[in-house]
Amino acid sequence: MASLKELRSRISSVKSTQKITKAMQMVAAAKLRRAQDAAEAARPYAEKMAAVMANLANAVVAGPETPMLLTGTGKDEVRLLIVAAADRGLCGGFNTNIARLARERIAELTRQGKTVKVITVGKKGYDQLKRLHADKVIERIELGPKLDGALAGRVGETVRALFEAGEFDSAEVISSEFVSVISQKPRAQVLIPASEAIDPDAPRPDLKGAIYEYEPDEEAILAELLPRYVDTVILAALLENAAGEMGARMAAMDNATRNAGELIDKLNLQFNRTRQAKITTELTEIISGAEAV
Amino acid sequence: MADKLQFDLVTPEARVFTGAVDMVVAPGSEGDFGVLPGHAPFMTTIRPGAIAIHDDGKVSRTFIHGGFAEVTPAGLTILAEQAIALADVDIAKVKAELEEARLNARDAASEADRRIAEAEVEKLEALIQAVETV
Repeated sequence: MASLKELRSRISSVKSTQKITKAMQMVAAAKLRRAQDAAEAARPYAEKMAAVMANLANAVVAGPETPMLLTGTGKDEVRLLIVAAADRGLCGGFNTNIARLARERIAELTRQGKTVKVITVGKKGYDQLKRLHADKVIERIELGPKLDGALAGRVGETVRALFEAGEFDSAEVISSEFVSVISQKPRAQVLIPASEAIDPDAPRPDLKGAIYEYEPDEEAILAELLPRYVDTVILAALLENAAGEMGARMAAMDNATRNAGELIDKLNLQFNRTRQAKITTELTEIISGAEAV
Repeated sequence: MADKLQFDLVTPEARVFTGAVDMVVAPGSEGDFGVLPGHAPFMTTIRPGAIAIHDDGKVSRTFIHGGFAEVTPAGLTILAEQAIALADVDIAKVKAELEEARLNARDAASEADRRIAEAEVEKLEALIQAVETV
């Protein structure tokens, strides 16, 4: 049985761990609110963008002039996975779930005979994939402290540069869907070609019989909009990820705090028992000593 | 004028403006255009510049860049990458940023970095111009 001194130091160590997890939980809760607000604020833009893209995609007749971002390269051999995870750990199964989906997708695509390339966004995504798939990772992007349009633009720019260089034929984003504070679901969504990603049933404005005019023409607008569309999808995924990460961390830290509490109770009980046993032993020794005299 | 134009200005960060106004003048990539209530549906891309929102005889100006405008019978929607109320612009700071952006554009290590920096330069130049023409 552990000595009293050992038990005492265990208890104080668990207590300080509990303080840390408690603080992390509160920080995550505060950040979660902000991340959720940011994700909410980005939604109208993303929705509007999707509606406009659907509208445009319908108006344009696919031809050799159509931007490749919309129609794809015509091949489907090399697929790019943009794996968006968090920069930091200690958020339960958040990063693991994303990495698992990424590995499944890699395995599936490889089985179909396709070449897979990976861009990881967020440190942990790379950390979890490097053991098996380090050779497929062509680019690593860290999230950094601030998540905004500029960051999404940087990711988007990287993706587009690779696309223009003919590095891949199609791309999809693997990130976490924010279902609720306690539930995040990893998902894969097609990014390029955009025509596959656009929901043809997206609500379109009722024109009341009028004819839409485009200025400049549809194709020029499309060429201008598609890169933005890519950025928007990436930004939305990143924002949702951030909210999910905080939610997952909050839940994980809540659990850890509770576990630490249970452990403290158990150690306290053990500590008291040991102390009582020691006192009893000492008493017995004194009494039997006195009797012997 | 009884009729009002429903106008929405949306950026990725927030819904900057929503409401009924008299008229909006916006910088289209093919030239400035004004939208009054009942405008025919059309869509255009935006060049960096200031939009003017006319309402009740008052005009408020906001700098926007990167995006497009869509007019439907329901109203005008502008999706911009960024929107800055011109009243909030600190011209000295913007000029400093422009200097920095020019340096970045010159010293950019990669093609992607250079493109980003050049877009930044173009944006800031338009912003300064918009402020100075008030």
